[in-house]
Parts: sequence; structure tokens; C-alpha cells
Amino acid sequence: MPKSLRQVTTGTKAKIISVTAQGEIGRRLRDMGLSPGTEIEVLGRAPLKDPVSLRLKNYTLTLRNSEADYITVEGLESCNENNS
Amino acid sequence: MKTTAKVWKLEKISKTTIALAGNPNSGKTTLFNAITGARQHVGNYPGITVERKEGSITIKNTRVKLIDLPGTYSLSAYSQEELVARNFLIDEKPDIVVDIVDATMLERHLYLAVQFFELGIPVVLAMNMMDDVKKQGLRIDKQKLSKLLNCPIVETIARTGQGKLELLEVAINEAKDKKKPWVPLKISYGTDIDLALDEMEKIILDHQFMTNRYPARWIALKYLENDSEIIRLGQQDSQVAEQLMVIIENVREHCLKTLNIPPEAIIADYRYGLINSILKQNIIIQEKPRHERIEFTTKLDRFLVNRYLGPVLMVAILYAMFQITFSLGEIPMGWLESFFAWISTSATKLIPEGLLQSLVVSGIIDGVGGVMGFVPLIAIMFLMISFLEDSGYMARVAYMLDRVLRIFGLHGYSAMPFIISGGIAGGCAVPGVMATRTLRSPKEKLATLLTAPFMPCGAKLPVFMLLVAAFFSEYKAQMMFSITLFAWVMALLVAKLVRSTIIRGKSTPFIMELPPYRLPTLRGIYIHTWERTWQYIKKAGTVILAVSILLWAAMTFPSLPEGQVNQFAAERQAISSSIQDNTKRELALLEISNHEGQTALRYSLAGRIGSSLEPLSQLAGFDWRTNIALVGGFAAKEVIVSTFGTAYSLGDVDPESADTLSSRIAVDPSWNKFTALSMIVFVLLYAPCVVTVVAMAKESSWRWAIFATVFNTTIGFGMAVAIYQIGTKLFI
Repeated sequence: MPKSLRQVTTGTKAKIISVTAQGEIGRRLRDMGLSPGTEIEVLGRAPLKDPVSLRLKNYTLTLRNSEADYITVEGLESCNENNS
Repeated sequence: MKTTAKVWKLEKISKTTIALAGNPNSGKTTLFNAITGARQHVGNYPGITVERKEGSITIKNTRVKLIDLPGTYSLSAYSQEELVARNFLIDEKPDIVVDIVDATMLERHLYLAVQFFELGIPVVLAMNMMDDVKKQGLRIDKQKLSKLLNCPIVETIARTGQGKLELLEVAINEAKDKKKPWVPLKISYGTDIDLALDEMEKIILDHQFMTNRYPARWIALKYLENDSEIIRLGQQDSQVAEQLMVIIENVREHCLKTLNIPPEAIIADYRYGLINSILKQNIIIQEKPRHERIEFTTKLDRFLVNRYLGPVLMVAILYAMFQITFSLGEIPMGWLESFFAWISTSATKLIPEGLLQSLVVSGIIDGVGGVMGFVPLIAIMFLMISFLEDSGYMARVAYMLDRVLRIFGLHGYSAMPFIISGGIAGGCAVPGVMATRTLRSPKEKLATLLTAPFMPCGAKLPVFMLLVAAFFSEYKAQMMFSITLFAWVMALLVAKLVRSTIIRGKSTPFIMELPPYRLPTLRGIYIHTWERTWQYIKKAGTVILAVSILLWAAMTFPSLPEGQVNQFAAERQAISSSIQDNTKRELALLEISNHEGQTALRYSLAGRIGSSLEPLSQLAGFDWRTNIALVGGFAAKEVIVSTFGTAYSLGDVDPESADTLSSRIAVDPSWNKFTALSMIVFVLLYAPCVVTVVAMAKESSWRWAIFATVFNTTIGFGMAVAIYQIGTKLFI
């Protein structure tokens, strides 16, 4: 079921469906590899729950919840190997 | 520079310009340093604050000019760095671009490469971090990738310099082959966009619309991507621009209606699609199960950016950093001090007593020596900061602090300028101000720039130590800690104030990569540290030399009228003849000398300025002598204690060991706890030193730099008056 990236729980994986941001933010998000079909994993959140850190395309990206709102994802089954 | 080719060798030396481009953290600068060694110089683009580095090297009769472009994720002109890089490539047309990609993140790094292909500039790919690839158990089919991308690829390990010579050779060869017009790669972005591109390309070619600068199809592509720079430049030929805009509007509307995404998103998706279609052809082969570095980074991050543990560790790390700086810096600082003391005594011996001696010893040597004495401290601090930056930890600090800083209208990237400026006591606002460069939004940058000088930098510390020792000796540690805390509170509050009044505006996005942890290379750290330290020495050396001389002159001239000098001489005479006891006579003579010194000071220009400011400064409890010190402190905060000493007629006062001065102040009737507090707060907040103001002007504009000088002084004075008035009225 599609949901905002903000709602993805820490330690789970999801797949990007769309990036709705336009203009500069949109361009930046795409520059950083957030394109539809990309798999991401939410690694964690900063002390005040914002920004959020993600793993995608074999690297770690951080962005604020307000930017995460532009990204719609669909949940993937969380991998069972790690994550406490 | 190398001397090459003996005279009789008739071979001609050819020249090649190579631009190094790549994403941030791709190892670009490491490779640049590995190739050029210490032979580079830092050059500035006129008008733009982003630096580029140039280096040169001669290989096999080819003189290679190497340009290290700022790290960019894309050529989309999102940040100033990207614009600088793009304009350099387009306007100065280097013979070849070496695009450094992190081989462990090919998918994302190739995104930039594809954009070079679109532009048509000749490219060689340097596939870097091959050691990491191996550690992750991967193998990359270089031949196949090279064929599919139609671009030569060289494997490198920048940290060890492996592959750098091969890379240069390939690049030089390619550059020779390709001294011909650029051939932009035609990518399909789907029917809708392709058709629009064809149509626009025709219009652009027909009208020669900016084609002398850019490839035609590329202009069309940028128009579709809504590239603000290209659209702005296009306005000059408004007729063509309008035609193009009509096409774009149609495409945009169509895309939004049918696919619900704008054309620029479609273009990006097709770029990634192209990259993926190439990478899917068995380019990356997982040979062994993955482990090592990435796992190492993830594991480390579990502690270092943990929601609860992370902040605690951050404070501990920063605290340790400054502890080390101070305990380690003390030793060479002592050497420098004795060195300058030695010069000072030698100069006193060599130069006959009089104005010249006074100028050289009290003006130049003491002034410049006092500042140069801080060089070891600054160098060690920069070493630490470079280490934190190069290791990847600074990015984590920005990540953890972003939410807090945002409350005050700042940005995660503001954290570093604050810390460098003295966020845990003992930095320097000059490099701190320069570090605001990483802030993308001019408004957030300005707010950071204006408030970073509030931090207790290394030069303010002696003043605090002096006053704390005099009035709060039981609470030394607590007081120093409170001062630092107060600086942070003020910086954040004032940032909030300016961000909600004169530089109001929305916060800019925070989208930042957390690079894998890497052990920094010695050479990288050395170059980094040296560049910053040298900048400090250079600026401090020139500005402070000039100001020291000026201050000396202001405190010396006009000299006492002859009548008064004669009077003091007569007094001296009287004492010499009347008091028999040697020690007593010495004391009495010293008393007179002090008195004369003080009278002369009051009579001098500085003394007059200090006195004329007294009616106002009395509100905060400062008398004329304090005023001289504070005015002098505008040149460099280090000057405050030494000027203070002179003004309190103690002759030479060593800023490092302010004990005698401190006890003197402690018993002075014009001083009390609240005068001390008021002065601490004023010194903390008032006008940044001249060197910082110059740096601020360079990073923003003279208007803002002057504004900061006036604004910060007003705030400092307001706070000082409040503390002094309330304190003395209520508690004394």
C-alpha cells in the first residue's frame, strides 16, 4: 500500500513509487538517486526524530521529514537478517 | 615545477588541460593531491566564493594543467558549486574531463557521467575506491562497461595513488584524439520529450540561439529541465525564448496530465533507466559475500548517530578535541612566546632607546608576536577539524543538529561554522566564517555568518581567564563553561531574531549524503591544515601588523608637553637624592614612571578617545582605560589583555600569564563582579575582529560585514549595560 516515506518505520525497506516534488527540491532529490523503482531502507532518525537517514544505491542519504513527504513508497517485507 | 626536456631535445612540449570532476566524497581531491603533490595553489573564481584548485605536472613532454572542480552530484545548477563546475567546462573547454566515480556506488555516480555525455565533452572515467570494491567482494567488468558507455575507464585507488599515472596517460591520449567539436550523446527520454527536443533543437539552430556557448540540444534539454540559469540567459533573445517556452508549457502540461510528473522528472528517470540498463548487463559481479567497510560504517553509525547515544558521544568527541588542542598547543605556544620574548630583548638591546625602539618592541614585535603565538593552537585545532571532516564525522554532526538549528532559522550545515568559530571555546571565527560556504541558502548563510563570531574564540579566552581569575576564582571551570553556553544561547537567539526580521525566509531543504567512514590520508590532513593555518598567518600577519603600528602610534602620540615631562624628571631627581634605601628608592621611582606612563597615555590620541567614550561606556561600567583596550580589541581580540596591561600602567603584560594584572584589577575600586561580568559579555559579543570582518565581507558583502560590526556591538553593549545596571542596583 502506498504511503509517505515519513511513515516508514526505522529498519524496514520500501520501494519508491513516485517523487512528486517539483523545482529545485525535486531536482535535488532525483540527483541524489531518489527515482521511482529505487529500493530504500530507513536506517534511523536523528535525536529529535528528524532528519531521517536512508540507505539506497549502496550509500547513505539523510533528508528531513518535510522532504520525505514528497516521496511515496510501497513497503517491502523487512529483511530478517539484521536490525535490532 | 619540473625542468623538463634538455635544450638539444627538439621535441615540442604540448599542453593539456584536464578538469577533475566528480561527486563529493568520490576521492577527487585525494586524487588531485596524489597527482600534484604540494605543487598546487588555491585560486578563486572572481566574484564567486567557491574555490577551485589548480596544479600542474609534466609527463612525457606534455605539460598537464590539472583543475580540481568543486564536487557536484549533477550539472543541474542546484548549488553554486555545480554552476561553477558547469560554467568552467562550457566556457574554458578543458581538453578532457576526468570524472571520478566511486566504484562502490556506480549507479548514483554515473548520473553525473551521463550528464557529461549529454554535454558532449570528452570524458575519461576514473573508477575509484577499487580497494573498497574488492573488500565488498565485488568485481566490475571494466571492459564491458567502457564499451557500453563508449568512454575509457581507468581503475584507481586515490588513497595510495594507484592508477594515477595510467589515468593521466589515458587522459592525455584521449585529449589528443579529441581536439574536435564536442559530440553530445543523444539519449531517448520518451516520445513526448524527444519530439519536443527535436522541435526545439531546430528552432535553436535556426536562430543561432546561444549556440556559440552551448550545444543546441543541450539548451533544449535544460529548458525542459527548467534550468533557471539557462532560462535567465535566454531572456536576451526574448523572441526565441518565448517560442521555446510555448513548447515547454505544452509538454509540461501534457506530462503532468498523463503521468503526473514534470518533464525534468521524466528526464531524470530516463537517465537512471539508461544507467540501470547498462549496469544490469552483468557489469557488477558479486564474487564473495560482502563485508568490511560498509558494514563497518553501519556498525559505527549504530553508536555515533544513535538517537540517544549519538548526542552524548558528539559532545564527548568535541570536548576531547578541544582538550587535546589546548594541552598539546600549550607546548609550542610556550616556545613561540620565549622566541618572541628573545627577539624583543634583542631589539631592545640593539636599538637605542627612543621612539624607534618603542615602535619596534611595543608596537610591532609585541603586537604581531601576540597573534603569532596563537598559530600552534590554531594549527592543532584545524588538524582536529580536518580529521573530523575527512573522516566523515562532520556530516553526522550536521545530521544530528539539523533539527535543533532549524528551530532558530539555521541549517544543519551551520553546526560546523559554529564549532570552528569556538563552539566549545578556542576556535577562530575567520575559518568559521569561511566554513559558512557550505550553506546553500544565502539567508541561512547570513544568519550563521552574523552569529558565528559570538563564539568564544581562542583570542577572547585570555580576557575571560583574566577576569574570572580576578573575581570568580572559586568557580573557574563553571564560569568558563557558562560563558561558552551563553555564547551558544546568544548565537541561536540572535539568529532567530534576524531570521524572523531582516532576513526572513523559508528554510532550505536538508538533503545530505553521509559518506562512509574513512581514515583520512596524512597528506590530505596536512594540506587541509596547512592551507587554513597559512591563511590565518597571512591575514593576521598583514592586518595585525598594520593595526599594531596604528595602535602604538595612537597610544604614543601626541606625547606629553615638555613642561610635564620636565616635572616628572624633577620629581625623579628629588626622590633619587632624598631616599637613601635602595629598594625603597626603586619602588618610588617605579611609582613615578607608572604615573608618568599613565598621564602620557591619557594625553595620547587613544587616551583621548577612551576618555571621550567614557560617558557612554560608564553605563556598562567601563572606564577610559578599558575603552582603549576594547577599541584595540577590534583589531584583534588578543590585543585586549596587552592593551589593558599597558593602560593599567604595568608596562609589559604577558597575555598568557595575566596573574599580576588580575590581582591588580581585583583590588581596583572601579571594578566589581558586575563590571567583570559586563566586560565578559561585551567582549564575547561585540564587533568581530578586523580579520573576521574582512572574511565576512568576502563571504557576503561589505554591507553585511559592516552591519555585523555595528549590530553585534549594539547587542553586546545592550547586554553589558543591562548586566551592569541591574547587577549594581540590586546587589551592591
